[in-house]
Amino acid sequence: MSDISSDDVRHLAQLSSLSLDEQEVEDLRVDLGNILEYIGELSALDTQGMAPTYQVTGLQNVMRDDTIHHDIANREALLALAPASRDNQVEVPKVL
Amino acid sequence: MATISQLVNDVATGTTTARSLVEQALAQARSITEYHALLSLTDERALKRADDIDARVTAGKDVGRLAGMPFVVKDNFLAFGAPTTAASKILESFHAPLQATAVEKLEAEGAICIGKSNLDAFAHGGSTENSAYGPTHNAVDQSRVAGGSSGGSAVVTALDVVPFALGTDTGGSIRQPASFNGVYGIKPSYGTVSRYGVVAMASSTDTIGCFARNIEDVELVMDVMAGQDPRDGTTLPDFFAPLPANARPLKIGVIAETIDAGVDESVRCATDQFVERLRAAGHTVDTVDLPIMESALAMYYIIVPAEISSNLARYDGVRYGRRASASTLAELYGRSRDQGFVTENKRRIMIGSYVLSSGYFDAYYQQAQKARTLLIDAYRKLFETYDVLLSPTAPTPAFGIGENTSDPVKMYLADVMTVPPSLAGLPALSVPAGTTSDGLPIGVQLIGAYRADALLMSLAHQMEEV
Repeated sequence: MSDISSDDVRHLAQLSSLSLDEQEVEDLRVDLGNILEYIGELSALDTQGMAPTYQVTGLQNVMRDDTIHHDIANREALLALAPASRDNQVEVPKVL
Repeated sequence: MATISQLVNDVATGTTTARSLVEQALAQARSITEYHALLSLTDERALKRADDIDARVTAGKDVGRLAGMPFVVKDNFLAFGAPTTAASKILESFHAPLQATAVEKLEAEGAICIGKSNLDAFAHGGSTENSAYGPTHNAVDQSRVAGGSSGGSAVVTALDVVPFALGTDTGGSIRQPASFNGVYGIKPSYGTVSRYGVVAMASSTDTIGCFARNIEDVELVMDVMAGQDPRDGTTLPDFFAPLPANARPLKIGVIAETIDAGVDESVRCATDQFVERLRAAGHTVDTVDLPIMESALAMYYIIVPAEISSNLARYDGVRYGRRASASTLAELYGRSRDQGFVTENKRRIMIGSYVLSSGYFDAYYQQAQKARTLLIDAYRKLFETYDVLLSPTAPTPAFGIGENTSDPVKMYLADVMTVPPSLAGLPALSVPAGTTSDGLPIGVQLIGAYRADALLMSLAHQMEEV
Protein backbone atom coordinates (compact mmCIF):
# COMPACT_ATOMS: atom_id res chain seq x y z
CA MET A 1 0.00 0.00 0.00
CA SER A 2 1.17 3.49 -0.80
CA ASP A 3 2.35 5.48 2.21
CA ILE A 4 -0.33 7.96 3.13
CA SER A 5 -0.92 9.16 6.69
CA SER A 6 -4.06 10.30 8.47
CA ASP A 7 -2.64 13.83 8.36
CA ASP A 8 -2.24 13.55 4.58
CA VAL A 9 -5.91 12.57 4.37
CA ARG A 10 -6.92 15.52 6.55
CA HIS A 11 -4.87 17.85 4.35
CA LEU A 12 -6.49 16.49 1.17
CA ALA A 13 -9.90 16.83 2.81
CA GLN A 14 -9.15 20.45 3.57
CA LEU A 15 -8.03 21.08 -0.02
CA SER A 16 -11.26 19.42 -1.16
CA SER A 17 -13.57 21.29 1.29
CA LEU A 18 -14.73 18.09 2.95
CA SER A 19 -15.35 17.94 6.74
CA LEU A 20 -14.59 14.27 7.38
CA ASP A 21 -15.16 12.52 10.71
CA GLU A 22 -12.39 10.37 12.18
CA GLN A 23 -13.85 7.09 10.92
CA GLU A 24 -13.97 8.49 7.37
CA VAL A 25 -10.36 9.66 7.69
CA GLU A 26 -9.28 6.15 8.62
CA ASP A 27 -11.34 4.43 5.91
CA LEU A 28 -10.15 6.86 3.25
CA ARG A 29 -6.54 6.51 4.37
CA VAL A 30 -6.71 2.82 3.43
CA ASP A 31 -8.72 3.36 0.19
CA LEU A 32 -6.66 6.29 -1.07
CA GLY A 33 -3.43 4.42 -0.28
CA ASN A 34 -4.59 1.47 -2.41
CA ILE A 35 -5.72 3.72 -5.28
CA LEU A 36 -2.49 5.74 -5.24
CA GLU A 37 -0.48 2.54 -5.32
CA TYR A 38 -2.42 1.38 -8.38
CA ILE A 39 -2.19 4.63 -10.33
CA GLY A 40 1.45 5.08 -9.27
CA GLU A 41 2.34 2.18 -11.56
CA LEU A 42 2.01 4.58 -14.46
CA SER A 43 5.30 6.23 -13.50
CA ALA A 44 7.12 3.21 -14.99
CA LEU A 45 5.82 4.02 -18.49
CA ASP A 46 8.31 5.77 -20.76
CA THR A 47 6.64 8.94 -22.03
CA GLN A 48 9.77 10.85 -22.90
CA GLY A 49 9.24 13.27 -25.76
CA MET A 50 5.46 12.80 -25.79
CA ALA A 51 3.23 15.88 -25.80
CA PRO A 52 0.33 15.71 -23.35
CA THR A 53 -3.23 15.32 -24.70
CA TYR A 54 -5.76 17.56 -22.98
CA GLN A 55 -8.58 17.17 -25.48
CA VAL A 56 -9.30 15.06 -28.54
CA THR A 57 -11.54 17.12 -30.83
CA GLY A 58 -8.92 19.37 -32.38
CA LEU A 59 -11.36 22.26 -32.00
CA GLN A 60 -9.72 25.50 -30.91
CA ASN A 61 -10.99 28.83 -29.65
CA VAL A 62 -14.70 28.12 -30.00
CA MET A 63 -16.22 31.56 -29.57
CA ARG A 64 -19.73 32.92 -29.13
CA ASP A 65 -21.10 36.42 -28.76
CA ASP A 66 -20.98 37.73 -25.22
CA THR A 67 -24.70 38.29 -24.89
CA ILE A 68 -27.01 37.60 -21.96
CA HIS A 69 -29.86 35.20 -22.73
CA HIS A 70 -32.76 35.81 -20.34
CA ASP A 71 -34.72 33.03 -22.01
CA ILE A 72 -32.62 30.22 -20.47
CA ALA A 73 -33.59 30.72 -16.83
CA ASN A 74 -34.81 33.78 -15.01
CA ARG A 75 -33.54 35.39 -11.81
CA GLU A 76 -36.53 34.30 -9.71
CA ALA A 77 -36.23 30.66 -10.79
CA LEU A 78 -32.51 30.61 -9.95
CA LEU A 79 -32.91 32.38 -6.62
CA ALA A 80 -35.66 29.92 -5.69
CA LEU A 81 -33.02 27.15 -5.85
CA ALA A 82 -30.86 28.78 -3.17
CA PRO A 83 -31.16 27.19 0.29
CA ALA A 84 -31.39 30.71 1.77
CA SER A 85 -32.00 34.05 0.11
CA ARG A 86 -32.97 37.57 1.13
CA ASP A 87 -33.56 40.80 -0.82
CA ASN A 88 -32.98 39.11 -4.19
CA GLN A 89 -29.61 37.74 -3.07
CA VAL A 90 -28.24 34.39 -1.90
CA GLU A 91 -27.69 34.44 1.84
CA VAL A 92 -24.56 32.88 3.41
CA PRO A 93 -22.99 32.96 6.88
CA LYS A 94 -20.76 35.91 7.70
CA VAL A 95 -17.60 35.79 5.58
CA LEU A 96 -15.45 38.53 7.11
CA MET B 1 -40.82 -6.19 -30.33
CA ALA B 2 -41.72 -3.25 -32.57
CA THR B 3 -39.04 -0.76 -33.53
CA ILE B 4 -39.38 2.91 -32.69
CA SER B 5 -40.15 3.86 -36.28
CA GLN B 6 -42.97 1.27 -36.39
CA LEU B 7 -44.44 2.63 -33.13
CA VAL B 8 -44.13 6.22 -34.34
CA ASN B 9 -45.92 5.24 -37.52
CA ASP B 10 -48.71 3.70 -35.41
CA VAL B 11 -49.05 6.97 -33.48
CA ALA B 12 -48.97 9.13 -36.61
CA THR B 13 -51.62 7.01 -38.38
CA GLY B 14 -53.89 6.74 -35.36
CA THR B 15 -53.41 2.96 -34.92
CA THR B 16 -52.37 3.74 -31.35
CA THR B 17 -52.04 6.92 -29.30
CA ALA B 18 -49.17 8.61 -27.53
CA ARG B 19 -51.29 8.53 -24.37
CA SER B 20 -51.68 4.78 -24.56
CA LEU B 21 -47.91 4.27 -25.06
CA VAL B 22 -47.08 6.59 -22.16
CA GLU B 23 -49.68 4.97 -19.88
CA GLN B 24 -48.27 1.54 -20.74
CA ALA B 25 -44.72 2.70 -19.98
CA LEU B 26 -45.74 4.23 -16.65
CA ALA B 27 -47.65 1.08 -15.68
CA GLN B 28 -44.68 -1.09 -16.64
CA ALA B 29 -42.38 1.20 -14.61
CA ARG B 30 -44.64 0.74 -11.56
CA SER B 31 -44.62 -3.03 -12.02
CA ILE B 32 -40.82 -3.29 -11.67
CA THR B 33 -40.19 -1.19 -8.56
CA GLU B 34 -38.26 -4.06 -6.92
CA TYR B 35 -35.39 -3.45 -9.38
CA HIS B 36 -35.03 0.11 -8.10
CA ALA B 37 -34.18 1.28 -11.59
CA LEU B 38 -36.09 4.57 -11.43
CA LEU B 39 -35.71 7.43 -8.97
CA SER B 40 -38.77 9.37 -10.17
CA LEU B 41 -41.63 9.32 -12.65
CA THR B 42 -42.87 12.39 -14.46
CA ASP B 43 -46.52 11.29 -15.00
CA GLU B 44 -48.21 14.65 -15.11
CA ARG B 45 -45.93 16.28 -17.63
CA ALA B 46 -45.62 13.10 -19.72
CA LEU B 47 -49.38 12.58 -20.04
CA LYS B 48 -49.91 16.22 -20.96
CA ARG B 49 -47.27 16.00 -23.67
CA ALA B 50 -48.85 12.78 -24.95
CA ASP B 51 -52.25 14.47 -25.22
CA ASP B 52 -50.66 17.38 -27.10
CA ILE B 53 -49.18 14.96 -29.63
CA ASP B 54 -52.45 13.04 -30.02
CA ALA B 55 -54.24 16.36 -30.60
CA ARG B 56 -51.78 17.19 -33.39
CA VAL B 57 -52.37 13.80 -35.00
CA THR B 58 -56.16 14.32 -34.82
CA ALA B 59 -55.78 17.79 -36.32
CA GLY B 60 -53.75 16.35 -39.18
CA LYS B 61 -50.60 18.27 -38.25
CA ASP B 62 -47.05 16.98 -38.64
CA VAL B 63 -45.55 15.03 -35.77
CA GLY B 64 -41.86 14.37 -35.23
CA ARG B 65 -39.66 11.36 -35.89
CA LEU B 66 -40.12 10.20 -32.27
CA ALA B 67 -43.79 11.13 -31.88
CA GLY B 68 -45.21 9.67 -28.69
CA MET B 69 -42.12 7.60 -27.83
CA PRO B 70 -41.72 7.25 -24.06
CA PHE B 71 -38.14 7.37 -22.81
CA VAL B 72 -36.20 7.52 -19.57
CA VAL B 73 -33.20 9.72 -18.76
CA LYS B 74 -30.44 8.99 -16.31
CA ASP B 75 -30.94 11.29 -13.35
CA ASN B 76 -27.88 13.39 -14.17
CA PHE B 77 -29.75 14.97 -17.12
CA LEU B 78 -31.51 18.22 -16.29
CA ALA B 79 -35.15 17.62 -17.20
CA PHE B 80 -38.51 19.03 -16.15
CA GLY B 81 -41.16 17.18 -14.18
CA ALA B 82 -39.02 15.72 -11.37
CA PRO B 83 -35.88 16.65 -9.42
CA THR B 84 -32.41 16.12 -10.93
CA THR B 85 -30.53 14.42 -8.11
CA ALA B 86 -27.54 12.77 -9.83
CA ALA B 87 -28.44 10.06 -7.24
CA SER B 88 -26.83 12.26 -4.58
CA LYS B 89 -28.12 13.83 -1.37
CA ILE B 90 -26.66 17.23 -2.16
CA LEU B 91 -29.02 17.57 -5.17
CA GLU B 92 -31.89 15.71 -3.47
CA SER B 93 -34.49 18.38 -4.22
CA PHE B 94 -32.86 20.20 -7.13
CA HIS B 95 -35.55 21.15 -9.65
CA ALA B 96 -33.76 22.00 -12.89
CA PRO B 97 -34.50 25.49 -14.22
CA LEU B 98 -33.70 24.32 -17.78
CA GLN B 99 -33.48 21.08 -19.76
CA ALA B 100 -30.43 19.39 -21.28
CA THR B 101 -29.99 20.02 -25.01
CA ALA B 102 -30.24 16.25 -25.64
CA VAL B 103 -33.64 16.13 -23.89
CA GLU B 104 -34.85 19.23 -25.74
CA LYS B 105 -33.87 17.73 -29.09
CA LEU B 106 -35.70 14.47 -28.37
CA GLU B 107 -38.78 16.36 -27.19
CA ALA B 108 -38.71 18.53 -30.30
CA GLU B 109 -39.19 15.28 -32.28
CA GLY B 110 -42.11 14.26 -30.07
CA ALA B 111 -40.40 11.91 -27.60
CA ILE B 112 -41.81 11.93 -24.04
CA CYS B 113 -39.65 11.61 -20.93
CA ILE B 114 -41.55 9.46 -18.39
CA GLY B 115 -38.97 9.21 -15.62
CA LYS B 116 -35.44 9.45 -14.33
CA SER B 117 -33.21 6.49 -13.68
CA ASN B 118 -30.85 5.49 -10.91
CA LEU B 119 -27.06 5.81 -11.21
CA ASP B 120 -23.93 5.77 -9.12
CA ALA B 121 -23.99 9.19 -7.44
CA PHE B 122 -22.55 11.74 -9.89
CA ALA B 123 -21.90 8.75 -12.21
CA HIS B 124 -18.95 7.62 -10.08
CA GLY B 125 -18.99 3.85 -10.26
CA GLY B 126 -19.48 0.73 -12.31
CA SER B 127 -22.39 -0.98 -10.57
CA THR B 128 -25.02 1.62 -9.52
CA GLU B 129 -24.28 0.56 -5.92
CA ASN B 130 -22.90 4.05 -5.19
CA SER B 131 -26.35 5.63 -5.51
CA ALA B 132 -27.31 7.55 -2.36
CA TYR B 133 -30.73 5.91 -2.79
CA GLY B 134 -29.67 2.25 -2.96
CA PRO B 135 -28.54 -0.07 -5.76
CA THR B 136 -30.37 -1.05 -8.95
CA HIS B 137 -30.82 -4.78 -9.53
CA ASN B 138 -29.82 -6.59 -12.71
CA ALA B 139 -32.65 -7.16 -15.20
CA VAL B 140 -31.88 -10.88 -15.54
CA ASP B 141 -30.76 -11.81 -12.00
CA GLN B 142 -31.85 -9.57 -9.14
CA SER B 143 -29.03 -10.76 -6.88
CA ARG B 144 -26.56 -9.16 -9.28
CA VAL B 145 -25.64 -5.58 -10.10
CA ALA B 146 -27.10 -3.63 -12.99
CA GLY B 147 -23.64 -2.38 -13.92
CA GLY B 148 -23.01 1.28 -14.02
CA SER B 149 -23.01 4.03 -13.72
CA SER B 150 -26.09 4.19 -16.00
CA GLY B 151 -27.54 1.02 -14.44
CA GLY B 152 -31.13 2.22 -14.14
CA SER B 153 -31.38 3.20 -17.81
CA ALA B 154 -30.00 -0.19 -18.91
CA VAL B 155 -32.49 -2.09 -16.74
CA VAL B 156 -35.60 -0.15 -17.86
CA THR B 157 -34.59 -0.78 -21.47
CA ALA B 158 -33.98 -4.49 -20.86
CA LEU B 159 -37.32 -4.85 -19.03
CA ASP B 160 -39.26 -3.23 -21.90
CA VAL B 161 -40.42 -0.21 -19.89
CA VAL B 162 -39.39 2.12 -22.73
CA PRO B 163 -37.93 1.59 -26.21
CA PHE B 164 -34.88 3.67 -25.37
CA ALA B 165 -33.18 5.38 -22.44
CA LEU B 166 -30.38 7.92 -22.14
CA GLY B 167 -27.14 7.49 -20.28
CA THR B 168 -23.78 9.18 -19.91
CA ASP B 169 -20.51 7.37 -20.55
CA THR B 170 -17.22 8.73 -19.23
CA GLY B 171 -15.30 5.44 -18.99
CA GLY B 172 -17.88 2.75 -19.75
CA SER B 173 -21.03 3.87 -17.95
CA ILE B 174 -23.32 3.04 -20.89
CA ARG B 175 -21.47 0.14 -22.48
CA GLN B 176 -20.82 -1.95 -19.36
CA PRO B 177 -24.44 -1.89 -18.04
CA ALA B 178 -25.63 -2.57 -21.61
CA SER B 179 -23.46 -5.68 -21.57
CA PHE B 180 -24.69 -6.73 -18.09
CA ASN B 181 -28.37 -6.44 -19.05
CA GLY B 182 -28.35 -7.66 -22.66
CA VAL B 183 -29.16 -4.48 -24.61
CA TYR B 184 -27.33 -2.22 -27.05
CA GLY B 185 -25.46 0.73 -25.59
CA ILE B 186 -23.44 3.34 -27.44
CA LYS B 187 -20.78 5.80 -26.41
CA PRO B 188 -20.38 8.06 -29.45
CA SER B 189 -17.23 9.87 -30.55
CA TYR B 190 -16.35 12.57 -28.02
CA GLY B 191 -18.08 15.76 -29.12
CA THR B 192 -21.01 14.12 -30.97
CA VAL B 193 -23.81 15.07 -28.55
CA SER B 194 -24.04 18.26 -26.51
CA ARG B 195 -23.48 17.86 -22.76
CA TYR B 196 -25.23 21.15 -21.99
CA GLY B 197 -27.56 20.58 -19.05
CA VAL B 198 -25.94 17.31 -17.98
CA VAL B 199 -24.14 17.06 -14.64
CA ALA B 200 -20.44 17.17 -15.51
CA MET B 201 -18.09 14.45 -14.30
CA ALA B 202 -14.84 14.43 -16.31
CA SER B 203 -15.17 16.96 -19.09
CA SER B 204 -12.44 15.56 -21.35
CA THR B 205 -14.17 12.16 -21.67
CA ASP B 206 -17.87 12.78 -20.78
CA THR B 207 -20.20 11.67 -23.57
CA ILE B 208 -23.94 11.15 -23.98
CA GLY B 209 -25.45 8.10 -25.61
CA CYS B 210 -28.36 5.71 -25.37
CA PHE B 211 -29.61 2.20 -24.69
CA ALA B 212 -32.03 0.39 -26.99
CA ARG B 213 -33.08 -3.17 -27.87
CA ASN B 214 -32.20 -3.00 -31.56
CA ILE B 215 -29.62 -1.12 -33.57
CA GLU B 216 -32.07 0.75 -35.78
CA ASP B 217 -33.46 2.44 -32.66
CA VAL B 218 -29.94 3.35 -31.49
CA GLU B 219 -29.25 4.96 -34.88
CA LEU B 220 -32.48 6.94 -34.85
CA VAL B 221 -32.00 8.30 -31.33
CA MET B 222 -28.36 9.21 -31.97
CA ASP B 223 -29.31 10.89 -35.23
CA VAL B 224 -31.77 13.10 -33.34
CA MET B 225 -29.38 13.94 -30.49
CA ALA B 226 -26.14 14.47 -32.45
CA GLY B 227 -25.00 17.86 -33.64
CA GLN B 228 -23.19 21.03 -32.79
CA ASP B 229 -24.58 23.10 -29.92
CA PRO B 230 -23.40 26.66 -29.25
CA ARG B 231 -23.90 25.89 -25.54
CA ASP B 232 -21.27 23.12 -25.56
CA GLY B 233 -18.06 24.37 -27.17
CA THR B 234 -16.70 20.80 -27.50
CA THR B 235 -19.42 19.64 -29.91
CA LEU B 236 -18.12 18.74 -33.35
CA PRO B 237 -19.47 20.25 -36.56
CA ASP B 238 -22.37 18.00 -37.62
CA PHE B 239 -21.02 14.79 -39.09
CA PHE B 240 -23.18 11.89 -37.98
CA ALA B 241 -25.58 10.28 -40.42
CA PRO B 242 -26.74 6.64 -40.14
CA LEU B 243 -25.63 4.20 -42.89
CA PRO B 244 -27.54 1.20 -44.26
CA ALA B 245 -26.63 -2.21 -42.83
CA ASN B 246 -23.03 -2.95 -43.77
CA ALA B 247 -22.56 -5.10 -46.87
CA ARG B 248 -18.82 -4.93 -47.57
CA PRO B 249 -16.09 -7.13 -46.11
CA LEU B 250 -14.28 -5.33 -43.27
CA LYS B 251 -10.95 -5.85 -41.56
CA ILE B 252 -11.56 -6.34 -37.86
CA GLY B 253 -8.92 -6.59 -35.13
CA VAL B 254 -9.57 -8.43 -31.86
CA ILE B 255 -7.46 -6.80 -29.15
CA ALA B 256 -5.28 -9.58 -27.70
CA GLU B 257 -4.95 -7.95 -24.28
CA THR B 258 -8.74 -8.14 -23.81
CA ILE B 259 -9.09 -11.89 -24.28
CA ASP B 260 -6.25 -13.09 -22.07
CA ALA B 261 -6.35 -15.35 -19.04
CA GLY B 262 -7.63 -12.62 -16.70
CA VAL B 263 -10.95 -12.55 -18.53
CA ASP B 264 -13.88 -14.74 -17.51
CA GLU B 265 -14.12 -17.90 -19.64
CA SER B 266 -17.77 -17.30 -20.51
CA VAL B 267 -16.82 -13.85 -21.83
CA ARG B 268 -13.94 -15.21 -23.92
CA CYS B 269 -16.23 -17.89 -25.29
CA ALA B 270 -18.93 -15.36 -26.27
CA THR B 271 -16.31 -13.17 -27.93
CA ASP B 272 -14.96 -16.18 -29.88
CA GLN B 273 -18.45 -17.00 -31.08
CA PHE B 274 -19.00 -13.41 -32.21
CA VAL B 275 -15.70 -13.56 -34.12
CA GLU B 276 -16.88 -16.73 -35.87
CA ARG B 277 -20.11 -14.98 -36.85
CA LEU B 278 -18.11 -12.03 -38.21
CA ARG B 279 -16.00 -14.41 -40.30
CA ALA B 280 -19.10 -16.22 -41.53
CA ALA B 281 -20.44 -12.85 -42.66
CA GLY B 282 -17.35 -12.40 -44.83
CA HIS B 283 -15.18 -10.23 -42.60
CA THR B 284 -11.46 -10.74 -42.00
CA VAL B 285 -10.70 -11.01 -38.29
CA ASP B 286 -7.14 -10.93 -36.90
CA THR B 287 -5.78 -10.73 -33.37
CA VAL B 288 -3.96 -7.43 -32.79
CA ASP B 289 -1.79 -6.13 -29.94
CA LEU B 290 -2.46 -2.97 -27.99
CA PRO B 291 0.10 -3.24 -25.18
CA ILE B 292 -0.38 0.36 -23.99
CA MET B 293 -3.88 -0.68 -22.99
CA GLU B 294 -2.41 -2.21 -19.82
CA SER B 295 -1.68 1.34 -18.60
CA ALA B 296 -5.01 2.86 -19.59
CA LEU B 297 -6.87 2.24 -16.33
CA ALA B 298 -4.13 3.98 -14.33
CA MET B 299 -4.24 6.94 -16.75
CA TYR B 300 -8.00 7.08 -16.39
CA TYR B 301 -7.98 7.03 -12.58
CA ILE B 302 -5.57 9.98 -12.59
CA ILE B 303 -7.16 12.16 -15.29
CA VAL B 304 -10.77 11.55 -14.36
CA PRO B 305 -10.49 12.25 -10.60
CA ALA B 306 -8.51 15.41 -11.44
CA GLU B 307 -11.39 16.64 -13.59
CA ILE B 308 -13.94 15.46 -11.02
CA SER B 309 -12.29 17.42 -8.23
CA SER B 310 -12.61 20.51 -10.38
CA ASN B 311 -16.15 19.87 -11.69
CA LEU B 312 -17.57 18.96 -8.27
CA ALA B 313 -16.14 22.05 -6.57
CA ARG B 314 -19.36 23.84 -7.56
CA TYR B 315 -21.47 21.75 -5.14
CA ASP B 316 -21.01 23.76 -1.98
CA GLY B 317 -24.49 24.28 -0.56
CA VAL B 318 -24.55 27.97 -1.44
CA ARG B 319 -26.52 28.73 -4.64
CA TYR B 320 -28.44 25.44 -4.89
CA GLY B 321 -28.54 22.01 -3.34
CA ARG B 322 -28.77 20.90 0.26
CA ARG B 323 -27.02 23.12 2.79
CA ALA B 324 -25.76 21.82 6.13
CA SER B 325 -26.18 23.99 9.22
CA ALA B 326 -22.97 25.86 10.00
CA SER B 327 -21.84 29.08 11.59
CA THR B 328 -18.96 29.88 9.23
CA LEU B 329 -18.67 29.69 5.46
CA ALA B 330 -15.86 27.12 5.63
CA GLU B 331 -18.00 24.88 7.84
CA LEU B 332 -20.92 25.33 5.47
CA TYR B 333 -18.85 24.13 2.51
CA GLY B 334 -17.19 21.27 4.37
CA ARG B 335 -20.32 19.90 6.05
CA SER B 336 -22.61 20.33 3.04
CA ARG B 337 -20.13 18.44 0.90
CA ASP B 338 -19.41 15.76 3.49
CA GLN B 339 -23.13 15.06 3.96
CA GLY B 340 -24.06 15.52 0.29
CA PHE B 341 -21.50 13.22 -1.37
CA VAL B 342 -21.19 9.43 -1.11
CA THR B 343 -17.85 7.82 -0.20
CA GLU B 344 -16.83 7.18 -3.82
CA ASN B 345 -17.38 10.87 -4.67
CA LYS B 346 -15.04 11.77 -1.79
CA ARG B 347 -12.41 9.25 -2.88
CA ARG B 348 -12.35 10.66 -6.39
CA ILE B 349 -12.38 14.30 -5.33
CA MET B 350 -9.48 13.69 -2.93
CA ILE B 351 -7.45 11.65 -5.44
CA GLY B 352 -8.01 14.54 -7.84
CA SER B 353 -6.78 17.03 -5.26
CA TYR B 354 -3.75 14.81 -4.71
CA VAL B 355 -2.70 14.39 -8.35
CA LEU B 356 -3.18 18.11 -9.04
CA SER B 357 -1.17 19.21 -5.98
CA SER B 358 2.04 21.06 -6.61
CA GLY B 359 4.84 18.52 -6.32
CA TYR B 360 2.68 15.67 -7.67
CA PHE B 361 1.26 17.35 -10.79
CA ASP B 362 4.08 16.33 -13.15
CA ALA B 363 4.44 12.82 -11.73
CA TYR B 364 0.76 11.94 -11.99
CA TYR B 365 -1.41 14.29 -14.05
CA GLN B 366 1.14 15.34 -16.66
CA GLN B 367 2.47 11.79 -16.96
CA ALA B 368 -1.07 10.48 -17.53
CA GLN B 369 -1.76 13.07 -20.23
CA LYS B 370 1.46 12.10 -22.02
CA ALA B 371 0.57 8.43 -21.73
CA ARG B 372 -2.81 9.28 -23.21
CA THR B 373 -1.02 10.51 -26.35
CA LEU B 374 0.74 7.13 -26.60
CA LEU B 375 -2.61 5.38 -26.37
CA ILE B 376 -4.18 7.60 -29.05
CA ASP B 377 -1.20 7.02 -31.35
CA ALA B 378 -1.44 3.25 -30.85
CA TYR B 379 -5.12 3.28 -31.83
CA ARG B 380 -4.39 5.48 -34.83
CA LYS B 381 -1.80 3.00 -36.05
CA LEU B 382 -4.25 0.08 -35.74
CA PHE B 383 -6.91 1.98 -37.64
CA GLU B 384 -4.48 2.41 -40.55
CA THR B 385 -4.99 -1.33 -41.16
CA TYR B 386 -8.31 -2.18 -39.48
CA ASP B 387 -11.81 -0.76 -39.93
CA VAL B 388 -13.09 -1.84 -36.53
CA LEU B 389 -11.56 -3.17 -33.31
CA LEU B 390 -13.29 -5.72 -31.10
CA SER B 391 -13.08 -6.64 -27.43
CA PRO B 392 -15.42 -7.90 -24.75
CA THR B 393 -17.34 -5.01 -23.16
CA ALA B 394 -16.46 -6.14 -19.64
CA PRO B 395 -14.12 -8.82 -18.26
CA THR B 396 -16.99 -10.61 -16.48
CA PRO B 397 -20.76 -10.91 -16.64
CA ALA B 398 -22.70 -8.98 -13.97
CA PHE B 399 -21.18 -9.58 -10.53
CA GLY B 400 -23.08 -10.00 -7.26
CA ILE B 401 -24.45 -7.04 -5.34
CA GLY B 402 -21.93 -6.22 -2.59
CA GLU B 403 -19.20 -8.40 -4.13
CA ASN B 404 -16.78 -5.56 -4.99
CA THR B 405 -17.93 -2.69 -2.79
CA SER B 406 -15.23 -3.05 -0.14
CA ASP B 407 -12.37 -2.76 -2.63
CA PRO B 408 -12.45 0.34 -4.86
CA VAL B 409 -9.52 -0.81 -7.02
CA LYS B 410 -11.25 -4.13 -7.74
CA MET B 411 -14.37 -2.20 -8.72
CA TYR B 412 -12.31 0.00 -11.07
CA LEU B 413 -11.14 -3.13 -12.91
CA ALA B 414 -14.71 -3.59 -14.21
CA ASP B 415 -13.93 -0.61 -16.47
CA VAL B 416 -10.74 -2.07 -17.94
CA MET B 417 -12.20 -2.79 -21.41
CA THR B 418 -14.22 0.39 -21.78
CA VAL B 419 -11.82 3.03 -20.46
CA PRO B 420 -9.23 2.96 -23.31
CA PRO B 421 -11.60 4.15 -26.09
CA SER B 422 -12.91 6.84 -23.73
CA LEU B 423 -9.45 8.30 -23.20
CA ALA B 424 -8.96 8.41 -26.97
CA GLY B 425 -12.43 9.88 -27.61
CA LEU B 426 -13.32 6.95 -29.91
CA PRO B 427 -16.84 5.68 -30.60
CA ALA B 428 -17.66 2.32 -29.02
CA LEU B 429 -20.80 0.22 -29.12
CA SER B 430 -21.74 -2.69 -26.85
CA VAL B 431 -23.60 -5.38 -28.78
CA PRO B 432 -25.44 -8.28 -27.07
CA ALA B 433 -23.42 -11.45 -27.78
CA GLY B 434 -25.04 -14.32 -25.96
CA THR B 435 -25.22 -15.41 -22.34
CA THR B 436 -23.44 -17.51 -19.75
CA SER B 437 -24.79 -20.99 -19.02
CA ASP B 438 -26.83 -19.32 -16.24
CA GLY B 439 -28.40 -16.92 -18.72
CA LEU B 440 -26.43 -13.81 -17.72
CA PRO B 441 -25.98 -11.48 -20.70
CA ILE B 442 -22.56 -10.85 -22.25
CA GLY B 443 -21.72 -8.01 -24.63
CA VAL B 444 -18.92 -7.36 -27.08
CA GLN B 445 -17.55 -3.93 -27.78
CA LEU B 446 -17.04 -2.60 -31.32
CA ILE B 447 -14.55 0.29 -31.38
CA GLY B 448 -14.20 2.63 -34.33
CA ALA B 449 -11.83 5.35 -35.47
CA TYR B 450 -12.75 8.88 -34.40
CA ARG B 451 -16.10 9.84 -35.97
CA ALA B 452 -16.64 6.34 -37.40
CA ASP B 453 -19.81 5.96 -35.30
CA ALA B 454 -22.01 5.22 -38.30
CA LEU B 455 -19.75 2.36 -39.45
CA LEU B 456 -19.99 0.65 -36.03
CA MET B 457 -23.77 0.81 -36.12
CA SER B 458 -23.96 -0.41 -39.71
CA LEU B 459 -21.79 -3.41 -38.81
CA ALA B 460 -23.97 -4.14 -35.77
CA HIS B 461 -27.00 -3.85 -38.05
CA GLN B 462 -25.54 -6.44 -40.40
CA MET B 463 -24.74 -8.78 -37.50
CA GLU B 464 -28.26 -8.41 -36.14
CA GLU B 465 -29.59 -9.71 -39.46
CA VAL B 466 -27.19 -12.61 -40.18
